[in-house]
Amino acid sequence: MQIYLPIAEVSVNAFLLLGLGGIVGILSGMFGVGGGFLMTPLLFFIGIPPAVAVATEANQIVASSFSGVLAHFRRKAVDLRMGFVLLIGGLIGAALGVVVFNYLKSIGQVDLLVRLFYVVFLGVVGGLMFIESLGAIRRSRKSRASGRPVSTVRKHRTWIHALPFKMRFRTSGLYISVIPPLLVGVSVGILAAIMGVGGGFIMVPAMIYLLGMPTKVVVGTSLFQIIFVTAFTTMLHATTNFTVDIVLAVLLLLGGVVGAQFGAVLGARMKAEQLRVLLALLVLVVCGKLAADLLLQPSELYSIGMVEGH
Amino acid sequence: MRAMLAFLAALMLAPHTAAGEEVVLGLSSDKVSITTSFNGSEILIFGAVKREKPIPADAPLEVVITVAGPEFPALVRRKEKKFGIWINAASVEVDSAPSFYAVATTGPMDQVLTRVEDLRRKISVERVIRSVGAPADIENAASFTEAVIRIRQSQKLYQHLEGQVALDEQTLFRTAIKLPANLTEGDYVTRIFLTRNGEVVSSYKTSIDVRKVGLERWLYALAHENAPLYGLMSLAIAILAGWGASTAFRLLRNS
Repeated sequence: MQIYLPIAEVSVNAFLLLGLGGIVGILSGMFGVGGGFLMTPLLFFIGIPPAVAVATEANQIVASSFSGVLAHFRRKAVDLRMGFVLLIGGLIGAALGVVVFNYLKSIGQVDLLVRLFYVVFLGVVGGLMFIESLGAIRRSRKSRASGRPVSTVRKHRTWIHALPFKMRFRTSGLYISVIPPLLVGVSVGILAAIMGVGGGFIMVPAMIYLLGMPTKVVVGTSLFQIIFVTAFTTMLHATTNFTVDIVLAVLLLLGGVVGAQFGAVLGARMKAEQLRVLLALLVLVVCGKLAADLLLQPSELYSIGMVEGH
Repeated sequence: MRAMLAFLAALMLAPHTAAGEEVVLGLSSDKVSITTSFNGSEILIFGAVKREKPIPADAPLEVVITVAGPEFPALVRRKEKKFGIWINAASVEVDSAPSFYAVATTGPMDQVLTRVEDLRRKISVERVIRSVGAPADIENAASFTEAVIRIRQSQKLYQHLEGQVALDEQTLFRTAIKLPANLTEGDYVTRIFLTRNGEVVSSYKTSIDVRKVGLERWLYALAHENAPLYGLMSLAIAILAGWGASTAFRLLRNS
């Protein structure tokens, strides 16, 4: 069934969009990621204009994070105070990101920037995750062979604890400076605006390794912050670029929320390290495809763009 | 059916004024509605040549039909390899290019139309695109205009339909033009030229109205005219869907 998207002004198959939403939803349910970093490049591949894909994906992430954060609120696994600090940084970052996005759009480099961001971040995240999960598989084999569990000890006393403006975060059990969370928020906000992602795949590691937050409150707090940053990004894109396609968002949403629930069930049945290897490979494949588009000579060197004001 | 009746009425009521040959036109539809399920459309353009005198014997009659979508300026960019990756480098602003353009003829273009007539009446797509402002520092500026034609041809937005107009007894003509799904809204100007020896002997102009309708129209208008409200509506739908999914699955799991 073909459906005409009013803002993207292209006709696409509705079942394809529901399916894409469903598959990315399953992945996000399985791996606990927002899925925006996979969905936005997939939307490029099926011919949605990048500006529309980025803005609409921000809107879709609002829905999936809201769905997720409710579950975490019920478990009291959201650090509101930390969430607000991250949020202030996030809003500043999102505003900066949209300004950068519009500037690059006016000089015709927005596609390049979005693609470069994707290649770099997907490459780094996919590569790290691949190495880490292979290591985890090897360790679990070794520990099974030797018969004793592997202990992991982490230290959290770093330069971060020497910074001023300290604040107490009770839910996380932390007493640290507000500067690092603000900076994490700003960088995630910029990413959200430029890449059309929630930024969970950057923020979650940053919260664990940089801020030293306990893992059980990290996902909920990250989702809490992502809702507001992506909502803000959606509004900015909707009012400055008119690129949020509500029909596209609804189709992706429907597939996404259903898929996420199935993904959560599937994920619970598989081994964590194997899941992570699969996700890492998937991320690297998407990254490789985007990198090839940049590195190989395109079959069509010319592109047609709109003149400002039309 | 309505179009057919209108066509017949036009045949009968057309004033007996000008000598020579005149076009009497019919359209399968003078309106194309872009609905949610819009996936392209085909319009049938048909008509007859009305004449007071017998058919001139000197040269056969030929018919050229053009359909043009609204014109916009376009910024054409060319990718170049810099720092090992392909990025947009040179750009040329094409002053005006139609968003859709189809030319259908009864025979090969160079036989049905002289270059002078083409230039004067702007019939072939190369003549319709206007580009004067190419900066002097860009080499091969014409390649940018060619690129517009090539890209839009591959998207079926520019169509070159030589020999696709059927003409019976030098009087009845018809052709079908496929409008693709990625249409721009606006008035699609339809022109019919009758030619002999490559010279235009008569022409006729009408327009087809292409509009988003219903939900499409409403959403598009809201997104552009009342952006904050549209943004808030998108967010409200997202929040509701998120809450709905979470609640529905919690109930399912508990039951």
